[in-house]
Amino acid sequence: MTAFLNSPKKTELIGFVLLAAVILLVLPGITDAFRLNMVGKYLTYAFVAVGLVLCWGSAGILSLGQGIFFGLGGYCMAMFLKLEASTPEATSIQSTPGIPDFMDWNQITALPAFWEPFHSFAFTILAVVAVPAILAFVIGFAMFTRRVGGVYFAIITQAIAAILTILIIGQQGYTGGVNGITDLRTLNGWDIRTDSAKTILYFVNAALLLGVIGLSMAVRSSKLGRILVALRDKEDRVRFSGYDVAAFKIFVFCFAAAISGIGGAMFTLQVGFMSPTFVGIVPSIEMVIFCAVGGRHSLIGAVYGTLLVNFGKTTFSESFPELWLFAMGGLFIAVVMAFPNGLAGLYKSHAEPLLERFFAKAGERRVGSAEAPAPIAE
Amino acid sequence: MSTPTDFLLAVEALTVSFDGFKAVDDLSFYVDPGEIRVIIGPNGAGKTTALDLICGKTRATSGSIKFRGKELTEMKEHQIVHAGVGRKFQNPTIYEDLSVFENLEVSFPRGRSVFGALAFKRDAEVRERIAEIAEMIFLENHLDERAEYLSHGQKQWLEIGMLLIQDPELLMLDEPVAGMSVSERIKTAELLHRIIEGRSVIVIEHDMKFVEDIAHKVTVLHQGKVISEGPMAHVQADPKVVEVYLGH
Repeated sequence: MTAFLNSPKKTELIGFVLLAAVILLVLPGITDAFRLNMVGKYLTYAFVAVGLVLCWGSAGILSLGQGIFFGLGGYCMAMFLKLEASTPEATSIQSTPGIPDFMDWNQITALPAFWEPFHSFAFTILAVVAVPAILAFVIGFAMFTRRVGGVYFAIITQAIAAILTILIIGQQGYTGGVNGITDLRTLNGWDIRTDSAKTILYFVNAALLLGVIGLSMAVRSSKLGRILVALRDKEDRVRFSGYDVAAFKIFVFCFAAAISGIGGAMFTLQVGFMSPTFVGIVPSIEMVIFCAVGGRHSLIGAVYGTLLVNFGKTTFSESFPELWLFAMGGLFIAVVMAFPNGLAGLYKSHAEPLLERFFAKAGERRVGSAEAPAPIAE
Repeated sequence: MSTPTDFLLAVEALTVSFDGFKAVDDLSFYVDPGEIRVIIGPNGAGKTTALDLICGKTRATSGSIKFRGKELTEMKEHQIVHAGVGRKFQNPTIYEDLSVFENLEVSFPRGRSVFGALAFKRDAEVRERIAEIAEMIFLENHLDERAEYLSHGQKQWLEIGMLLIQDPELLMLDEPVAGMSVSERIKTAELLHRIIEGRSVIVIEHDMKFVEDIAHKVTVLHQGKVISEGPMAHVQADPKVVEVYLGH
C-alpha cells in the first residue's frame, strides 16, 4: 500500500478519482440547484487554473491575461446563443428585426460579417477552442521568438487584457459593450435557463473539466512535459540540446488558452451572459491567485484552489463586501510568502506523510512487517 | 594546401564587437576530425566568447564559421545542434528538478519537435542508450536521483553525458574539470579519452597538467587573437605565451 502511495503517478491518479467523486457526487449531493449552478460557475474558472498549472507551473510562463482567452471562448458561445435568441419573431419590435437587440439600440442595421458564422453550432464549438488558441499563437509567436519572458511577458499579457476590454466596451454595437451579451435563452432550441438544464450543464462542465485534466496529465507525463520543466529551469541548456524553445512555449501557451476558452464557453452557458468584466486585468489576476492557492504544480490542487477561493469570496463578500479585495490580496501574499506550493504543497508536506504512516501501521498489523520505503520528497 | 572542407571546423576572420570592444578579433583556427583541441589564455582572452560564437549563443559581427562546409553563423541555435555541434557550459547546466535519467532522456536526440516530444516513447532503445551513457559518466547508480542532489563533479559529468547521448561530431567543453577533486580530474581525463572516438573536441581549460594530458594541439588566445598554436611543447616554449599567460 505504501509503495502504491509512493508512486507519483498513482497518487495523481488517486487525486483525480477523488476529485471526480467530489465534483460529480459530493457537491451535487449536498447543494441545491442554485448553489450547484454557482459551483458550476466556479468550475469554469478551474479550466483557466488548470491551463496556468501547465503554462506557469510547468513551463514557468506567468500570464496575467488568461481572462482574454476565457472571455473569447465565452463570447464565441454568447454570440451563437444571442443569434439563436434574436429570431425575427422575437425581435419584431426592433427597427431591424433579426439582429441582436444591442445592435439595434446602436443603430446598426445589418448583422456584421464576423457574426455570420456564429449561426452554425459546429463553427461555434470550433471557435471556442480555436479563437483563443489563434490569438495565443500570435501573442506567443511575437513574444517567444523574440525571447521576451518573465515579468515582461506578464506585463504584456496584462496590457493585452486591458486592450481587449477597452475594445469590447468601445465597440458597443458589435459586442454589446459594457453590458456584454445578455438575455441568452436556448441552445439549439433547448432552454438553458431551467433548473434541470442548469443541472445537466453542471455535469457536462464537470465531465469536460475532468477530460481536460486528464489530457493535461498526459501532456505533463510526456517527454514534452519534462522539456517544459527543463526549460523553466535552464532554458539555454534546452536550446543547446537541439530544441526550438519558442515552439514549446507557444504550444503550452496555446494549449492553456484553448482550455481557458472551453471554460469561458461553459461559463456563458451556465450563467446565461458574457460581459467584459470576465476579460480584463482583475479577473485574470484572480485566476492566477486561484491557481497559486491550489498549488501551481498540481492540476488537481488548482481545482480545489479555485473552489476554495470562490467559496471564500462568496461567503466573505456577502457579509463584508468592501473587505473582500483586501482579503484576496492578503491571501495572495500569504500564499507567496508562507506556502509557495499552495494547498497541494501543504498536502504533500503534511498530509501525505501522515497517510503513509497510517498505511504503514495498517500494513504492519496485517503482514507483521514494518517495511516502509521513505517518502519521496518533492 | 588543404581546402576548408577538409577540416571539421573552419573558423575564419571571426570578429565580434560589443559596443566597440572586440572580444574576439579576427580569429582564425581549424579543427580536424578526431582532434582534441585545447584553448588556453588569460581571463578575458575571448575563449568562452569563441565557443559562444560557434554554438550560436552570440552572433558574430563579421567572419565565418564553417562546420563540415556549412555556415553556422546564419543558423539558429537548435539547428547548429542538429548539425552536430554540442556545447557544455562553464557552470554545470543541468535540470535540477528532473532525475538523472530524465536529464538524459530530455537530451536524447529524438522527438525534438513539439509533436515529436508528445509522441515520444521511452522504449528499449532509449533505456539502453541511457544506461550505456550513464555507465560512461560514472552515474549508473544515480539514475533515479534528482539531479540537484549530485555533487559538483557529478553534475559536470551529467552535462557531458547529456551531450554524449546526442552523439555530436564536435563537442565543446568549457572548463570541464574546474572545481573538481584530483580523483575526479583523473576520471574526467579518462572519460574524455574514451569519448574522443569518432568526434572532435574543443576544450577550454586552465589546468595545465590536464591540458598536457589530453591536448593534441593547443591554441593560445590573448585579447581576442591567436598568439600561438601547436603541440603543447611548442606552445609552452613560445616566449609570447610565457609572457602573457604561463609566466604568471
